[in-house]
Amino acid sequence: MTEQNNKNKKASPWKSIQLGLAVLFGIVVYAYGFQITKVDLEDLRSERRQESLTRVMRALAKPEIFEYEQTEEIVNSPVYITCPASGEPTLPEPDKSGPYLVIAPACAEPGETVQVEGFNFAPNVSGPLRFVPGSDPANVVTLGRDNVETDASGHFIYEFVLPERPSDDVQFIRATLKQNVGAPRLTQTAKDTWEKIVETVFLALLATTFGTFLAIPLSFVAARNLMKPVRSPLASIAFSLLGWPLGIVIGYVIVRFVEGLSAPFAGNIPINLVSIIAAPALMIFGLRWALPQEELVKPSTSMQLMRWGVLFVSVLLGFFGLFQLADLSKNLGQIKIESFEWLAFLGNFLFQTGDIVSIITPALGGLAAGGVLSSFMGKIGQRTTEKLSPATVKLFNIVFATLAGATVFGLLGLLVEWLYQIGNPTYTVWGPGITGGVIGLALAIFTNPKDTLPTGLVIYYVTRTFLNGLRSIEALVMAIVFVIAVGIGPFAGMMALALHTIVSLAKLYSEQVESIMAGPLEAIQATGANRLQTIIYAVVPQIVPPYISYTMYRWDINVRMSTIIGFVGGGGIGFLLQQNINLLNYRAASAQMFAIAIVVSLMDYVSSVMREKAV
Amino acid sequence: MLQIKNLTKIYEGGVKALDNVSFDVPDGQFLAVIGLSGSGKSTLLRCINRLIEPTDGEILWNGEDITKASPEEMRRIRRKIGMVFQHFNLVHRSKVITNVLAGRLGYINPAWSLLNRFPKDDIQKAIKQLERVGIADKADHRADELSGGQQQRVGIARALMQDPDMILADEPVASLDPVLAHSIMKHLEDINDKDGVTVLCSLHFLDLVHRYADRVVALNQGQLVFEGLPSEIDDKKFKDIYGRDAERVG
Repeated sequence: MTEQNNKNKKASPWKSIQLGLAVLFGIVVYAYGFQITKVDLEDLRSERRQESLTRVMRALAKPEIFEYEQTEEIVNSPVYITCPASGEPTLPEPDKSGPYLVIAPACAEPGETVQVEGFNFAPNVSGPLRFVPGSDPANVVTLGRDNVETDASGHFIYEFVLPERPSDDVQFIRATLKQNVGAPRLTQTAKDTWEKIVETVFLALLATTFGTFLAIPLSFVAARNLMKPVRSPLASIAFSLLGWPLGIVIGYVIVRFVEGLSAPFAGNIPINLVSIIAAPALMIFGLRWALPQEELVKPSTSMQLMRWGVLFVSVLLGFFGLFQLADLSKNLGQIKIESFEWLAFLGNFLFQTGDIVSIITPALGGLAAGGVLSSFMGKIGQRTTEKLSPATVKLFNIVFATLAGATVFGLLGLLVEWLYQIGNPTYTVWGPGITGGVIGLALAIFTNPKDTLPTGLVIYYVTRTFLNGLRSIEALVMAIVFVIAVGIGPFAGMMALALHTIVSLAKLYSEQVESIMAGPLEAIQATGANRLQTIIYAVVPQIVPPYISYTMYRWDINVRMSTIIGFVGGGGIGFLLQQNINLLNYRAASAQMFAIAIVVSLMDYVSSVMREKAV
Repeated sequence: MLQIKNLTKIYEGGVKALDNVSFDVPDGQFLAVIGLSGSGKSTLLRCINRLIEPTDGEILWNGEDITKASPEEMRRIRRKIGMVFQHFNLVHRSKVITNVLAGRLGYINPAWSLLNRFPKDDIQKAIKQLERVGIADKADHRADELSGGQQQRVGIARALMQDPDMILADEPVASLDPVLAHSIMKHLEDINDKDGVTVLCSLHFLDLVHRYADRVVALNQGQLVFEGLPSEIDDKKFKDIYGRDAERVG
C-alpha cells in the first residue's frame, strides 16, 4: 500500500504536467468557442440597447390579456416654436375649472427643452403627450417615448424636446389622458390566443394519438429481445415474401369489389343503418363459429376448409359493414341541423371519419390480406421444410428463393423508378430483379435446406434503420413537406408531428420492451402460448406504465413543437406568435408565450396524476 | 414415459451445460434433479420443453421426439407440460386470476387472446385451482401484492391450468423459507399422487429430496453422476455429486 503511495508520489510531477496541459487545452477550446459564438457584452452596455431591452422585457411582462373601456380627457395648450419677433407672447389664462396645462416657457427654439405641467386631471391616469402643428392639425407628433402619468391629485410634470417644426402661427401641445372605466374585458389578442392554444392542444393530441397507435406495433418489431428468437427456414421466408405482394393485390381487389357491392346503397340511410347492425352481427357469429375458443382435438380437413370459407365470408361482411358505416357517417354528417348550429363540428367529424374510413378500408384490406396470405404461405413453407427430404427442400428453395428475391428487389426497383424517374427499365426493373434473384439463389445454394435463418434480426435491423433515418428528420422539415401536400394549416402540422411521434416513440417504446423482465416471458411461452399471445400476456402488462409516461411526455413535446410548426405554416399558436414577434407586438407575443407555459405545466401535472393511476 | 437420450447442450461461447445425459422417467414418478449451481439442472429442465434448444440428442415423450417437433407441434406438447420457476415468473402487474388463466393459452385460439377473452369454463377452473392451492381469496389482487409463498402457489395453479401430464419445477423452493418450502413441496407431492402427474423437480436440499422424491438424478458439470433412490446417496456418492470439499448439512 505504501509502495503504491510512493509510486504515485514519484509520478506526480508528470501527472501535474498532464493536468496542466489538460487545463490549457480546455482554455484554448473555450477561447475558440468564445470567438466562434461572438461572445461580446460591449453592445449590452450601450444605452440604446439597454433601453430597448427594458422596453421589451416590460412588454413581455405585461401580456395583452385584459383591456378596459376608456374615456379620454383631451386638453390643448398653445405654444410658439421660435419666439415671435414681438417677444414672448402672452397666452390666454387657461380655464381652471377643468383640467389644464401650463407650458413654461411658452415659446422656444426647436430642439429646446420645455416643461409642461398638468393640473386637475383625473388621478392615476396616463396617456401620450402630442404636438399638434398649427398649419396641419391632423399631422400630430408624439413627444417622447413614455406616456405621462398623473399622481393621486391629478397633477403631472414632464419635460420634452420641441420638434423641428418652426412656424409663425400658434401651435399646440395636446395631452390625451385615458382613464379605464368599468370591468376589464378580454382583448382580441386574448381571444385569438385562446382559439389558437386550443387548436395547438388538439393538434398535439391527435398527433400523439395517431403516432402512439402506429408506434406500438412498430416498437415490438424494433425490440431485439422479441425479434432475436424469430427464425424460419428459407422456404418459409421465400413463401411469405411472395405472399405479401400477392395478398395485397388480392385483398385490394376483393375489398374494392365489396365497395362496389356497397356503393348502390351509399345514400340510403335506413339501409346503412340496417347493414351496420346486421353485417357485424353476422360477422361476429361467423367468427365465433370459425374460431372456436379452445380446441382439444385437431379438426378434420373438410371442417377446416369450411371454417376458412366462413372466416372469409365473415371478413367480407365486416368490410361491407365498414363501407356502410363510412357512408352512414358521411350521410349523417351532411345533414344540417339548423337549430343546433353549434353541433356542426360533430357533423364534420362524422363526415371526415367516414371519408377516412372509406379511403383507408381498401388499403387496410390489402394489408390484412397480405399479412394473412404471407403467414399462410410461410406456414406452407415451414411444413414443406419439415416433411420433405433435404434434397427436395433444396430444389424447392432454389426455385422459390430466387423468385422471392427477384420479386422483392424488382418491387424496390419500381419504387426507385417512381421516385427518381430514371426511365430505364434495365436499371430499375431488370437489374434489381436479377440481383435479387441471384441473392435468393445464393442463399438457397449455400445454406443447409433445413436450417433456420434469423428472420427476426433482419426485420429488427431494417426497422431500426428506417426509424433512425426518419427520426433524424426534424418535425419542422416534415411539416414543410406536409404543408405542400395538404396545404397550410393545422392538418399539415398534425401529420408532421404524428409522423415524427411514430418514429421517436417507436424507438423509446422498443427500448422499454427490451428492458422487461424475461421471467414472465419464459413462463408464458412454457404454457404453449404462441408469439402473439406471449406479447399480449407477458410483454404488454409490463410495458403499460412506461408507455403511458412516454406518451404523455410526447404529448408535451408535441405541444411545444406545435409552437414551432406554426412558423412554417403548420397551424397552431406558432403562427400567431411569429406574426406578433415580426410586428414587434411584444405584449401580444407575451400573451401567447404565457399560454404555452400554462398549457405545458398543466400537462405536466395531468400526466403525473395519470402515471400515478396507471402504475 | 419420458426418455432422455444423449442430451447435449453447448451454449454460444462453448460452455458445455449438458454432456451426453441419458435417463428415463416413468409416468407418475417424482424425480428430483440435484447438483451444484451451474451443474446444468435448469438447462436440462428447459431443454425438455425447449425453452432452450438442445444441441444434440433426443427427448422422447410417449415415443414422440420433442427435439424434432415443429412450432405447431411444440405448442401442443408444451401445453401438456407445466412449469414452475424459482422466481415464480408471474406477470406482476396482472391480476392473480389472469396469471392463472395464462396457463390455458396453449389451448386458446390466439385470435381470442387478442381480445383478452377466456372461456367461462376456464375462469371457473382457474378459481378451482386457486382454491386447491388455498389462495382463492386473492384472485383479484395484483400478483406483486402477494408474498413469495403465495406467488409460488399462483405459479403452481398456472401449471395446473394446463391439465399437465408432467410438471417441470426449476428449484421451486429455493427462494422460500423452510416452512413455505415444505408447503409448496406438499402441493407438488399432492399433484403427483392424486393426479398422477410426472414431476421433475430440481432441488438444493437433500432433506427435501429424501422426503419427497421417488428417484434422484444428479448432475455435475453437465454430466450425469448419479441415478437411483434417494436413500442410496451415501457419503461417497455425496462427494461425487457435490465435490470433494463439500460438507453435509441438514
